[in-house]
Amino acid sequence: MVARYLRRNWAYLVFLAAVGVTGCLVQNAYYFQVLTFIGINTLLALGLNLLMGYAGQISLGHAAFYGIGAYTTAILTTTWGLSPGLALPCALAIAALVALVVGLPTLKLSGYYLGMGTLGFGMIVHIFLREWTEVTGGASGFIGIPPLTLGPIVFTDDRAYFYLVWATVLLSFILTHRLIRSRVGRALRSIHDSEHAARAVGVDTQRLKLQVFIFSAILAALGGFFYAHLVNFISPDSFNFLVSVRMVTMVVIGGMASVWGALLGASLLTLLPEWLHTFSDFEMVVYGLILMLVMILMPQGLTRGILDAYERSRKNSR
Amino acid sequence: MQELLQYLFSGITNGAIYAVIAVGFAVLFNATELINFAHGEFVMLGALGMVTLYSSLQLPLTLAFLLTTVGVSCVGFLFERFAIRTVKRPEPIVLVIITVGASIFLRGVGMLGWGKDAFSVDPFSTHPPFSIAGAHLLPQSLWILVIVLGAVVGLHLFFNRSLTGKAMLACAISRRAAWLVGIPTGRMVQLAFVLSAAMGAVAGIIIAPVTMCSYDMGTLLGLKGFCAAMLGGLGSLWGGVLGGFLLGVLEALGVGFLSSSLKDAIAFVLLLLILYVRPAGLLGARKVQRF
Repeated sequence: MVARYLRRNWAYLVFLAAVGVTGCLVQNAYYFQVLTFIGINTLLALGLNLLMGYAGQISLGHAAFYGIGAYTTAILTTTWGLSPGLALPCALAIAALVALVVGLPTLKLSGYYLGMGTLGFGMIVHIFLREWTEVTGGASGFIGIPPLTLGPIVFTDDRAYFYLVWATVLLSFILTHRLIRSRVGRALRSIHDSEHAARAVGVDTQRLKLQVFIFSAILAALGGFFYAHLVNFISPDSFNFLVSVRMVTMVVIGGMASVWGALLGASLLTLLPEWLHTFSDFEMVVYGLILMLVMILMPQGLTRGILDAYERSRKNSR
Repeated sequence: MQELLQYLFSGITNGAIYAVIAVGFAVLFNATELINFAHGEFVMLGALGMVTLYSSLQLPLTLAFLLTTVGVSCVGFLFERFAIRTVKRPEPIVLVIITVGASIFLRGVGMLGWGKDAFSVDPFSTHPPFSIAGAHLLPQSLWILVIVLGAVVGLHLFFNRSLTGKAMLACAISRRAAWLVGIPTGRMVQLAFVLSAAMGAVAGIIIAPVTMCSYDMGTLLGLKGFCAAMLGGLGSLWGGVLGGFLLGVLEALGVGFLSSSLKDAIAFVLLLLILYVRPAGLLGARKVQRF
């Protein structure tokens, strides 16, 4: 019984151990911040991975939900003085509501048109955040967001915040994994392969696509909530079109339709700019080149690419 | 009335620029069914090319125009050769990410080459502004209109009269069938990239005197040109032109009568409206499905 449980869930246990050990070993505040950012980006990539990899729908405007999550909690906790514990469900609910309203007409589109519709939505939300100065603080940003408190616990310590974010990541992983293995997950993959065929065997594709869209929006808003309380200052430019594109890039580089791909892609795209700081002015050129090279050499994403390379090397050595 | 005319003038000027960017998208989409997110960077390179050749080196206008267009076309050619054609399994999403990578790369190149400052370029002629019914019309606006119309009519003739143009259209309709009748489809795709980059360069060249040119000017211009292309119908030449002018005029009227802070939102609201009401665009016919 125990052995079977271990065999099935070894990946989570390794993950849990890795997070625990990392949290104990790391001392530097900067490293904690980078690691926490990886966790937040993993949440973003995870939702989008489900939408793109399993349901086969692209979104080029997901930074909007990230921004909605961050700005909702910022306004509720700072302007209205609510506790973050209360602001969290509000932020998620508003993101879900917006996703429902936007998704209803937008998800009727497919292919490039869906990409463009979500792109337009993302741009509109970004402009809205930038221009609605009285409420959002406008282009200069929103300052003074309080640190996260949940009940009696105050997460001002870097280590505590790191554990909180990564525990959430682990929970979302388990949730997503179970979702993929369920009837819903199979139905989703059938949409990815052929929407007509899925409809023919009785899958309510429209409803299912909308549900996944809302689920990914909620995960993005959760990421935004953590982001706002981590950095205590947000500005519209953290949620613009380029951020949406970066989220899509995380999914594609990590590998679509793979929960661990989301983690890999998020880690890489969070760490890459940190490493590239040493290149100073050449940062953008190198970043663009790496992006192109990975896609040219491993169009299936890194997860698949590395596995393929491993299998090839094993074949050659035999 | 005078105000309205003034808004219309500025709308038509901007619209012409959106139109030529949209046409660049259309030319490429027709031949390859690819949306190039680096297209805005071609516009940026065109404008910055003029900064160097026309403003700094003081070359004659025609020479600077030609050299910039040829230079940016070469960038388009190299982009196709090294980034697009080397992909083994060209799935649309992979190609889109590659163009995103290229756009970041080109923006980085622009920053390295020209720095982070914004430049201005002298107008093409020093004629004082025309006054029509109390509204002012800059001579540069006339330059822009004439050059854009020339470029689009030229493309129209190329696609409808020349053998190469017809071969490219055949590629757009069915690449496989075109290949079967002996059209070198690979070279047609290459030509589409070159033409599309040239259109981007032209947009950058003519916009240079009416805006500030910097390495990060391309992204928003590219996206708006893209909205214009969708508005008119993706892949349609005249649809792109119509969409561009429509977007320019509506944007100018929106700035004049509603609010200038929401200027940038107008393009994207129009994009969503057209997607919900008529996804094929005003002049588009066929439905495109990728991903």
